[in-house]
Amino acid sequence: MRRRGSFSRAVFIGTIIFLFMPLVVLVLYSFNDSRSGSWGGFSLRWYVKLFTDSPELWRAFGNSAVIALGSALVATAIGTLGAIGVNWYRFRLRSYLRTVTFLPMILPEIIIGVSLLVFFSGIGLKLGLFTVFVAHVSFNLPFVFLLVLARLEEFDFSIIEAARDLGANETQTLLKVIVPITMPGIVSGFLTAVTLSLEDFVITFFVTGPGATTLPLFVYSAIRFGVSPVINALSVVMILGTVALTWSMRNFLKYIAAK
Amino acid sequence: MKRGPGGLYAAPSVVWLTVFFIAPLLIIVLYSFMTPGARGGVELKPTLDAYRAIANPVFARVTFNTILVALGSTMITLLIALPCGYYMARSSKQTLLLLLVIIPFWTNFLIRIYAWIAILGNEGFLNDLLRALGLAQDSVRFLYNRWAVMLVLVYTYLPYAILPLFSTIDKFDFSLLEAARDLGATKLGAIKKVLLPNVRGGILTAFLFTFIPIFGAYAVPLLVGGTESYMLGNLIADELTKSRNWPLASAISLVITVVTTIGVMLLLRANGTKVLGGGGAKEEPEARAALVGASLVGSAPAGGAR
Repeated sequence: MRRRGSFSRAVFIGTIIFLFMPLVVLVLYSFNDSRSGSWGGFSLRWYVKLFTDSPELWRAFGNSAVIALGSALVATAIGTLGAIGVNWYRFRLRSYLRTVTFLPMILPEIIIGVSLLVFFSGIGLKLGLFTVFVAHVSFNLPFVFLLVLARLEEFDFSIIEAARDLGANETQTLLKVIVPITMPGIVSGFLTAVTLSLEDFVITFFVTGPGATTLPLFVYSAIRFGVSPVINALSVVMILGTVALTWSMRNFLKYIAAK
Repeated sequence: MKRGPGGLYAAPSVVWLTVFFIAPLLIIVLYSFMTPGARGGVELKPTLDAYRAIANPVFARVTFNTILVALGSTMITLLIALPCGYYMARSSKQTLLLLLVIIPFWTNFLIRIYAWIAILGNEGFLNDLLRALGLAQDSVRFLYNRWAVMLVLVYTYLPYAILPLFSTIDKFDFSLLEAARDLGATKLGAIKKVLLPNVRGGILTAFLFTFIPIFGAYAVPLLVGGTESYMLGNLIADELTKSRNWPLASAISLVITVVTTIGVMLLLRANGTKVLGGGGAKEEPEARAALVGASLVGSAPAGGAR
């Protein structure tokens, strides 16, 4: 038994080391007193600078948070309704909607970014936070749609008929029957949308304008135009933040699913 | 399936995606046949110049580079991901192993690129180590070449390949392998003839999830690549923002869109595929949504952890 899979095991262990090594190096460097690569002793100065003396960074963080929450909310609302429509009803543009949600999944991000930039400038919309918001809703929507749809497919139409027979009108059926049973799908759609939005660089890069720097864009310009070790500290804080956030989401989802 | 308010429910999605996704793609088609404007944009004079420009050798070289880097890194990714998926599927601690693969994936995309710059840069970790060990006097230039680009791309997309492979191999009936061994197959022979054909769907999914984003890569070659690793994504961006030749940028985008879409269709059809272990071609994007959702919010993908 012990010898079985020794090759695959070696590859797996190597892979995990490969995946974690850059993160470990970042953590180490974030405590490095020296500005250059070589080790200059332990220090917390980059963390101090991160929290007390990095106004642009925090502005970018604020933009990211607003865009992520706003675009996720709108995408979730629109996408959920779309999934409900597609799952239970027959209507004229049904197969069109299914195809249109398919496409953004298979196209490289850069195509979506470029086409939106060309579109925005074509209709004369000024690039800025609003165009970033619109772009994020657009790439989030298909994910929410498909995640909610996957949940809805577990139920059949009889629950809606039952609600109707018991005298519920359309709005009541939606709010008291459909939305509650779909909640796990809606929540994971929303959380996925928030994360995708916080993560996105390429699409945002093309549709952003003055004053609409998001956190990934800030990191990008820091890399391009001279890295300050503050980025190391920021990376560590972001890694910890994501792990904490994801951990709580995970438990939250479990809690909802168990209910 | 009933008649009812379905159209009403779906209307916001239909309108939003039509206006902000389909319309922009159509505008790209239109722009690719126009004359470049003086400062970006286009003049509404039809011409085939953009497509003539695509036929020139510079474009061919960049396309060749892109295909080389994309195929190379996808193959390396799959070769690493297969044994990983196999090991995870056979392990009794699947949840833990899944988390180990997913956690680095939670780190912001740009931070992950930056981490590699911090390791491989002239003033980076590796050069420091080499100097400290007396193995090098001057800095070795690890970055800004094709190898650096491929390394970082493999790093970025490895989890995208491991997760679908794990999830398909996990559903494989391993007693078939034992049967093959009992009938005299070698271990490698059994894996090649019995396991691999059965997990073809997972391999295909992994291929698509890695190849497509790498083919359209922009940030990685921009930040860790050099002139020899200039890719189509960079060419589009430069035509758009530097050369201000929007018709050409549109034409290249269109070519990528068409190639990607046809490629996906052909691959899915040729295999009558079972992606992520179930369903037909239509479910591929659903699989992707489930995968991305699952990895982001940290639960296992379909059929994952026990």
